[in-house]
Amino acid sequence: MEMPLPDIAILSSKARIVTRLRGILPADAVIDDLAELRAYECDALTAYRCPPLAAVLPRTTEEVSAVLRVCWEEGVPVVPRGSGTSLAGGALPTADSVILGVARMNAVIETDYDNRFIRVQSGRTNLSVSGAVEAEGFFYAPDPSSQLACAIAGNIAMNSGGAHCLKYGVTTNNLLGVTLVKMDGTVVTLGGPWAEASGLDLLGVVCGSEGQLGVVTEAWLRILPKPEGARPVLVGFNSNEVAGACVADIIRAGLLPVAIEFMDRPCIRATEAFAKAGYPDCEALLIIEVEGSDAEISEQLTRIRQIAMAHDPVEFREAADEAQAKRIWLGRKSAFGAMGQINDYMCLDGTIPVSSLPHVLKRIGEMSVEFGLDVGNVFHAGDGNMHPLILFDANKPGDLEKCEAFGAEILKLCVEVGGCLTGEHGVGIEKRDLMAVQFAPADMEAQMRVKDVFDPKWLLNPAKVFPLATSAARRAG
Amino acid sequence: MRPVTEAELAEAVAGASGPLLVRGGGTRTIGHAVGEVLETSGLSGVELYEPGALTLVVRAGTPMAEVEAALAGDRQRLAFEVPDFRGLLGREGVSTIGGVVATNASGPRRVQVGACRDALLGVRFVDGAGNVVKNGGRVMKNVTGYDLVKLMAGSHGTLGVLSEVSFKVQALPEAEATLTVEGLADAEGLAMLRRALGSPYDISGAAREGGRSLIRVEGMAGSVAYRTGQLRALMAGDVTVVEGAESAALWRRVRDVTAFAGQPGDVWRLAVVPTAAAEVAAAVGGAAVWDWGGGLVWLLVPEGQAATVRATVAGRGHATLIRGEGAAVFPPEAAEVAALGAGLRARFDPRNVLNRGMMG
Repeated sequence: MEMPLPDIAILSSKARIVTRLRGILPADAVIDDLAELRAYECDALTAYRCPPLAAVLPRTTEEVSAVLRVCWEEGVPVVPRGSGTSLAGGALPTADSVILGVARMNAVIETDYDNRFIRVQSGRTNLSVSGAVEAEGFFYAPDPSSQLACAIAGNIAMNSGGAHCLKYGVTTNNLLGVTLVKMDGTVVTLGGPWAEASGLDLLGVVCGSEGQLGVVTEAWLRILPKPEGARPVLVGFNSNEVAGACVADIIRAGLLPVAIEFMDRPCIRATEAFAKAGYPDCEALLIIEVEGSDAEISEQLTRIRQIAMAHDPVEFREAADEAQAKRIWLGRKSAFGAMGQINDYMCLDGTIPVSSLPHVLKRIGEMSVEFGLDVGNVFHAGDGNMHPLILFDANKPGDLEKCEAFGAEILKLCVEVGGCLTGEHGVGIEKRDLMAVQFAPADMEAQMRVKDVFDPKWLLNPAKVFPLATSAARRAG
Repeated sequence: MRPVTEAELAEAVAGASGPLLVRGGGTRTIGHAVGEVLETSGLSGVELYEPGALTLVVRAGTPMAEVEAALAGDRQRLAFEVPDFRGLLGREGVSTIGGVVATNASGPRRVQVGACRDALLGVRFVDGAGNVVKNGGRVMKNVTGYDLVKLMAGSHGTLGVLSEVSFKVQALPEAEATLTVEGLADAEGLAMLRRALGSPYDISGAAREGGRSLIRVEGMAGSVAYRTGQLRALMAGDVTVVEGAESAALWRRVRDVTAFAGQPGDVWRLAVVPTAAAEVAAAVGGAAVWDWGGGLVWLLVPEGQAATVRATVAGRGHATLIRGEGAAVFPPEAAEVAALGAGLRARFDPRNVLNRGMMG
């Protein structure tokens, strides 16, 4: 993956830049030692690494503003970083950039149950937001699988989803407002603790802008009362087509499960060998979770059973108690780890129209043979967000490149059938050069105009999202 | 001008020699834009409807009635409950789906499913220079590039002219029921709405109108009966339950603010912190209808109250003048926010031809 060459003038000014940063931040908030900077050389897309020029760990919006002002004056690129769990390289630095980490900004500023919001600093982890309101019976809905580690700042940057977004939506649907610091240090408040922001929906475009428009330092988040209970069922099928048809029927019937997860045979076998969840050995498996009181859960599951039975499943397994519910989820939650036991893997994130599911799975199977790399499919079936896991051997020369080429073909297929390159992980550097598959030049131009307004010098996370050639003139300033 | 294809629309905008007033059905336009009328009603028709995937793609000038009829045929609907403001604003004409998106028009169910912008999956539009731009798509999860879909929703035609919009739609519920609570003062009645919204009973409407608090649940019949019972136990005051068509009629009144239709005076729409809902209305005076658990306040006040309304709401939300003259329609913005909005308009519409004067 190509990254821009570092600016020699910036590299040679490192001492001055670090001195200026030390002048505005506490001593422990500026890191310039090469060994310590290794901690910031990559995110969860670990195939690509580059230590930054320096890293800063501010504690307040004012400190973030001061840092950005200095970098803006010096013309130094800034790469914002939440917890560094991006799978797309969203927090990958360049050698001439300053990493701005928000990890120390993790306070809860205000909780208001009557108005159902929480206001937090953006470095707070996703799960600890729910943790802060749990005792009062509330939760924060978006639940990316990295929720133990990932920060709200990163969730907002990537518009993160999760397993339960079928019912509750993704980050943008649960975000009420932000405090944003622009690259020139200006502090902007968008939205607030009321239901909608006024004027143009700037909040909507900031969410999912991959840290390219500003650094979010604080956020107002919608919190929801916890449901009375939840219960999963497991349904096995002997064909992907039939499993896909069952999903469509459930959705069409007006049932609204909070999650519909899909695993194919390669993935089922791998997870069985690893986690021994007791899954049936079948072609496709659905895990469907519903919420409500006991009676409401039974009412929904009865209907789901009727629909599923019409598709002649090889197995329909209801969880009778909490332990059985855990076992149903065990395999799904172990899927990535199980695939990782077999080999290195690359996790894709395209979305397709649900109706294209059988066709896409068949094509992925054919491509797997062509490329000579195994692939397992596990994904959020209710919304068509696929996560094909391509297995490769990082120690084998050429395997990573082959895997990336295979991945690119799958994502092109997703676009071809009416879907998109990324459903919840973001573009980052990973899908940057595929953007032209989905977007015409005018489409990307319209998006880049937004960055021109927020960050005219193109200093914030500049080498991401848009193909380098497409953004070159703007990045050159 | 009335283009009938996207290409004609692009030509019309590119070739415009002066300002254009973008118009769907003209049933919900607010603000004071000027220019030659550019009708979008020629861009009409359903492009794609997949009930099994809850997906609808439709041309922007399609009448709302046609959209609703297409969805109803498969027992589905737009979840965000599109208001019909013809009565409130004293307008006639045919509401279009593009106008709904341009104004982000969203009804009582917003408390449960979000606004129009939350159901909007994709847009195609023509910017002020005549470029055709697409963003988003037809799938439910999509973080590919910037989210211009949200930006277009509620941009009142100032960034581009919509040509096509796609939505996530919703199945019609099997049953609906509304608890009506009478005999409470406004502050108490509004507190009741917040209590319901803080419960696990998945409320799909929480409003107060005509001295009554209204709380709606929808879903499978057994579930609706169960939650109605649980909620009744949470409520103080005189509670009755209405179901089906009778319940639906109550929510149409709230949605369309029917209480203020044909009544003299200015109509203000306030988005506020719900706990401020009673106090804000009392401080301004006049008649009030509350929706979204108090987060949305409709006020009917005598003309010329702009300064009072805006001072009262400051720090707790913002106010838009929906019906009336003599004051800025959109809420004032902080200088740094206004600068971002102006910057975007200047880049999406460099000649300032689209709905000039609408949003500043």
